[in-house]
Amino acid sequence: MSYFRAENLSLHFGGLKAVDAVSFAVEKGEILSIIGPNGAGKSSIFNLVSRIYNPTSGRIFFEDQDITEEPAFGIAKLGIARTFQNIELFENATLLSNLLVGRHRHSTTQLWQELLFLPSVKANEKIHRRRVEQVIEFLDLEPYRDKLISGLPYGVRKVIELARALCTEPKLILLDEPSSGLNVEETDDMSFWIRDMKTELGITVLMVEHDMTLVNRVSDRVIALNYGKVLAMGSPAEVQRHPDVVAAYLGA
Amino acid sequence: MRFMFKTDYEDDIKLFPHGGYIVTYGVLLAFLVVAPFILSSYLVSQLVFVFIYATVGVGLMILTGFTGQASLGHAAFLAIGAYTAAYLQQYNVPFPVYFLVAGVLTGAVGAMVGFPALRLQGIYLVIATISFAFIIEEILARWESVTHGNEGMRVKALQFLGTTVSRDSPSFYFLCLAVLTLTIVGTLNLLRSPTGRAFVAIRDSETAARSMGVNVSLYKVKSFAISAAITGFAGVLFAHKLSFISPEMFTLQLSIEFIIVILIGGAFSPHGAVLGAIFIVMIDPFLTYLKDDVPGMIAAVAATFGAGAATAAKIQSNVAAFASANGLKGAIYGVIIVLFVLFEPLGLYGRWLKIKLFFQLFPLYKRATFKRQKIYVKSERNR
Repeated sequence: MSYFRAENLSLHFGGLKAVDAVSFAVEKGEILSIIGPNGAGKSSIFNLVSRIYNPTSGRIFFEDQDITEEPAFGIAKLGIARTFQNIELFENATLLSNLLVGRHRHSTTQLWQELLFLPSVKANEKIHRRRVEQVIEFLDLEPYRDKLISGLPYGVRKVIELARALCTEPKLILLDEPSSGLNVEETDDMSFWIRDMKTELGITVLMVEHDMTLVNRVSDRVIALNYGKVLAMGSPAEVQRHPDVVAAYLGA
Repeated sequence: MRFMFKTDYEDDIKLFPHGGYIVTYGVLLAFLVVAPFILSSYLVSQLVFVFIYATVGVGLMILTGFTGQASLGHAAFLAIGAYTAAYLQQYNVPFPVYFLVAGVLTGAVGAMVGFPALRLQGIYLVIATISFAFIIEEILARWESVTHGNEGMRVKALQFLGTTVSRDSPSFYFLCLAVLTLTIVGTLNLLRSPTGRAFVAIRDSETAARSMGVNVSLYKVKSFAISAAITGFAGVLFAHKLSFISPEMFTLQLSIEFIIVILIGGAFSPHGAVLGAIFIVMIDPFLTYLKDDVPGMIAAVAATFGAGAATAAKIQSNVAAFASANGLKGAIYGVIIVLFVLFEPLGLYGRWLKIKLFFQLFPLYKRATFKRQKIYVKSERNR
């Protein structure tokens, strides 16, 4: 059985079939990229998996558990984290508190304990803080620890999105266009980090990406979508040569 | 300029980041402890009102400032707390019991308001909370067997451990101070733990909060409940301080006053609630001053500039009519809100932070530090 799989996933907005009977599987420890022209349904698939949208039909399984009915916040508790294409950070908070929100699924303290800030809460906070610091170190975010997000440049925010997702200690991470808006060097950094996430942290990666250089460098497998349907699936080179994919990008 | 050298994760968690804070808050506390014995009874009474308003302000701040859910219904929560106290007092329930019951009951009502509020955002939530406040006001006026309707209810002096604590006594002052202090400390504790961070996350981006595993509905209801409970506790003190309560005290105007408290003080820190409370409590003495002294002063100035006695008297009566006009208070509130939203969105405490930073960084302070930046538009479609 696959680690993560979507079966006949569909999302219809009235007559528009944003996602149309898409099936795919992600093996544990691999990096799978979804590519496709604008409006192909890539982000819709992400929003289905992270349960922001309800699928019209189809089912989603993670570790052989049906998560189609799971509420959106339950997905994170199962170990699936995501980033957003249009950065969704907590703007009026510092980098540290943004990352600490990522630790939310690991918090065990009760409200009354927190009101009194009992030693148990403090001990937990220190553990969270230590884990956050490891992520900060992994992604080289040290200079920005106490900075407000609203004052940080776009490239840094993009990395913080990734950091916040990593703070949840996910098993599967969904990256929605991790390199959009980044310059060449930042994209380079991003590709190393995505590789490291797989090799060092053992995280399975599912990502949507337009930058084919990045896709080629990091992906184990690629899925090409158009009009909500799967065009091709396979290694990056295979998919890029596939006649349907060429037609979708360049026109027949 | 002070450089903080952090050697332990605890340095990020502490309430007082460095010794200077302990000194300043120690001095403030020392002043507040001796205040009822050195200040006039009028000022002490005003301070008690500041404490009560600040407590409500902190409660409202949890909901509006930190969770981002606006409410114009907090007068109703205050009323529920006050009426619970007045009602239970008739049956000789001891103070600690009805104090707790009032808080818990108001918190439960807050949670009940929180549930329908889950589907509402922004202005619609404001409308919903206003209607809730009107419903409560109406219930208070009509449910005569419990609330005595528009006749109002007398609230007897507070009985605690066999002694009577009069509403003007230092003991009552210390009770209010203690409630405010505990509220502030509890709020600060909440903010440095997972619940408080979840609140802030909901305020800034619900979608992101959800995908980080925050149960948004649960935390919104929690925020409503905590906010209402704090206001309920304040309501008990409010009832005792006024010693008489009636439905027309808990109107929309009171809710607006609470919003002004956090808006003027700065809705992002309990400091703001205290500063805002001082401001709002000072409005009434200011209006009295406007009514009693200002017309005469203006007439005197007019007379020195050569206005005849008749003209001066006319000016005086005109100014007096203006100063004692109905609705002047509301108009002043409106002007204040508009001016603060436009020119000082971070409130008085924000202004204080700016002044502090100016001197810390002198001569390198730049005005853009506090400028709100909106560079990238977030996606609205996933709300």
